Amino acid sequence: MFKFWKKKPKPEETPVPATLATQTSLAEALSAAADNAQLSEIATLPEAGAVASAPAEFAAVEPAAPAAVEPVPAAVTPPPLPPLEEETPPAAETSAPARRSWRERLSGSAFARSLGTLFSRKPKLDEDLLEELETALITADVGISASTELVESLRKRLNRREFADADQLLAALRQALIALVQPIAQPLVMATQHKPFVVLMVGVNGVGKTTTIGKLARRYQQQGLDVMLAAGDTFRAAAVEQLKTWGERNRVPVVSQGSGSDAASVIFDALQSARSKNLDLLIADTAGRLHTQTGLMDELGKIRRVLGKIDAGAPHEVLLVIDGTTGQNAINQVRQFRAAIGVTGLVVTKLDGTAKGGVIFALAKEFGLPVRFVGLGESLDDLREFDATAFVDGLLPGAIGA
Amino acid sequence: MFESLSQRLSSTIERLRGRARLTEENIRESLREVRIALLEADVALPVVQALIERIKVRAVGQDVLKSLTPGQALVRVVRDEMTAVMGTVNTDLNLAAQPPAVVLMAGLQGAGKTTTTAKLARFLKERKKKKVMVVSCDVYRPAAIEQLRVLAEQVEVLFHPSSGEQDPVAIARSALDAAKKNFADVLLVDTAGRLHVDAAMMAEIKALHAALNPIETLFVVDAMTGQDAANTAKAFAEALPLSGVILTKTDGDARGGAALSVRYITGRPIKFIGAGEKTEALEPFHPDRLAQRILGMGDVLSLVEQVEQKVDQEKAQKLADKVMKGKRFDLNDMRDQLQQMVSMGGIGSLIDKLPSVNSLPEHVKAKANDKEVLRMVAIINSMTKKERRHPDLLNGSRKARVARGSGTQPADVNRLLKQYTQMEKMMSKLAGGGIKGLMRTMSNAMKGMGGGGFPGGGTMR
Repeated sequence: MFKFWKKKPKPEETPVPATLATQTSLAEALSAAADNAQLSEIATLPEAGAVASAPAEFAAVEPAAPAAVEPVPAAVTPPPLPPLEEETPPAAETSAPARRSWRERLSGSAFARSLGTLFSRKPKLDEDLLEELETALITADVGISASTELVESLRKRLNRREFADADQLLAALRQALIALVQPIAQPLVMATQHKPFVVLMVGVNGVGKTTTIGKLARRYQQQGLDVMLAAGDTFRAAAVEQLKTWGERNRVPVVSQGSGSDAASVIFDALQSARSKNLDLLIADTAGRLHTQTGLMDELGKIRRVLGKIDAGAPHEVLLVIDGTTGQNAINQVRQFRAAIGVTGLVVTKLDGTAKGGVIFALAKEFGLPVRFVGLGESLDDLREFDATAFVDGLLPGAIGA
Repeated sequence: MFESLSQRLSSTIERLRGRARLTEENIRESLREVRIALLEADVALPVVQALIERIKVRAVGQDVLKSLTPGQALVRVVRDEMTAVMGTVNTDLNLAAQPPAVVLMAGLQGAGKTTTTAKLARFLKERKKKKVMVVSCDVYRPAAIEQLRVLAEQVEVLFHPSSGEQDPVAIARSALDAAKKNFADVLLVDTAGRLHVDAAMMAEIKALHAALNPIETLFVVDAMTGQDAANTAKAFAEALPLSGVILTKTDGDARGGAALSVRYITGRPIKFIGAGEKTEALEPFHPDRLAQRILGMGDVLSLVEQVEQKVDQEKAQKLADKVMKGKRFDLNDMRDQLQQMVSMGGIGSLIDKLPSVNSLPEHVKAKANDKEVLRMVAIINSMTKKERRHPDLLNGSRKARVARGSGTQPADVNRLLKQYTQMEKMMSKLAGGGIKGLMRTMSNAMKGMGGGGFPGGGTMR
């Protein structure tokens, strides 16, 4: 999980505003070295430096022939990532503007890489290109149906000769991707008439519920709210202790009972206590449960019923936490949790690895549930509100992230 | 929303019908379906491409006539290849080292390392009669050490205390000493979850590995992982000499394509799967079962095998010839079919093996029981030879006699006759259907009994 007291080496970076740099350099850069895949790296990650990205290139340069006959995406040989990251540790300085950070974190993804390689080759506008695009989308966990649909609409427009070159095509893809996730980029708005505003965190095992609660508590405390936590994970060993540690760190009260007690009763107590103390926000943890375990899913319904006895509207927000590395199973998770307790928002965690949560697109298409937060790293400030444009730009090669 | 592979294939195998062999051309579309099915099951793309290539090589030139349908021939090739990729046999933990044998657990955050450590401790203690010690080197996540302590207490194994202020490597060294002093057979070392792109953390686990020199280094991976499983596995395999993989959270409805990716990329066997919250929920891994699960085909393949083995080819051929010659399908033929169904383990076992049957309502499943088949056979047996050849003879009083003779009600006799009429109609339409026709008739017969739809029937064409 994330480390408070562990300090990783943080070499100074020269924060080049990625969007600007790439916009200007785009045209000449692309034409100058059309078959040099390394270029896309530079365009994508201006601050990474050529030295760091060099090892990654050996894998990427190979398919240099324009529009290879066999679709060979760069992801076939996932580039060795660690050397790159040595230069750009995920824990960047917190004062950096959010946008740059998104780009920085996401651009290392296989998706951005494969697209970057693809488009730096100045490919012809043909079927092979579309197929490679589809492949790249699938590799990002976007899912078959969403990928097919996106590519299909691009194909139609291509056939109508709407695109002059590959960059225009890529720009259209960017627009389509943004249009897909724009509607779900809705930050969590806490209606002030609810006092306390009750947030219930649910999700399968190991997605980072408790950690996210720690980050959320800190976030809202910094905004001047009185926060209380409820240790509703009464099943997993030491889950209560984990939440208590978070409470101590943030000096936030934590309501808990022993391990093995009834989760609904813990959260009920917490709500009563938060009410009497006139607190602003109660965040309730729950045990991780696989969405296929009906007994445990029913327990969520019980939590809702019990809270309803105090406040008919509670919980006011049910956040389903989804691991960003999850594949298409995330769709089943959302479906089941929504049926069980009526999820009102999503949190997508662990987007700082090489998985970039392409499943967000699949989820947007399937459910349209708002994504409230995304986890982009281990430090407290890396829990961000979801920004559709920044997210998509982070995924796409820098060339068009304007 | 996920169609099973065999359902997916059904649309493309139509054109394979009548072909004697699978060729590169005629399976291309089917292979595309296989590709999509694998991708939907979250198998990483590079692995999918490699697999498809292997499948192509194996499938081309396959003799279609031997199997029930070309599609099933293809599905079997897919299954076999996947099983081959995943390793054909279950591989046990290697603990043949001078005690304590050290087992190091590594993986991403939230993969389930701590829980798995406890499960493995219990497994080794109870099934292998080992003296086990566990230690947590997770100094980062709040209460991670406490979690392992509680779990160790639950499964009653030794726990080496550590604290969040210590250095992970120092913890590992002192745990190794303690394990020697306590004469533990096995030392299980839990570590913090780490991202493979986090160079500092990867360096730490390398240092841990160097200090411990474990005989087993197990990579713990969440069965729900998507395409990224390939990247993660590659990075971990490069950083550490992995000796095996543990797949967790397999009790969900994820297809577990990650297993295939990780196995393929690391080349290391999957040794265990975690399938539940309780500490005993750790099972040795069986590659073939997971191959089927990834394809979402229930146990269709063993059903295919069963049918191939048990269907009396001669009788089936005789029936096919008879129907083709335009002769009537009579109650004797129906009885033969029913008896073959029973010899294959009955409807119950057939139904269990079909995908998507679990979604059938309970009452439909209950209806399709073997007693019904046996009763139908009994009714036919209670008829005279003449009546079996000429069912039209059966009037009210004959029916009443047959009912008495078989211990059923006249209504049961009527129902049987109705089903017979349906089958007879099908048969006459099916001139030239051969064994496929037989299968179709069987599934229709079951439809009649089940009273409702029989979704699996489509896969048995």
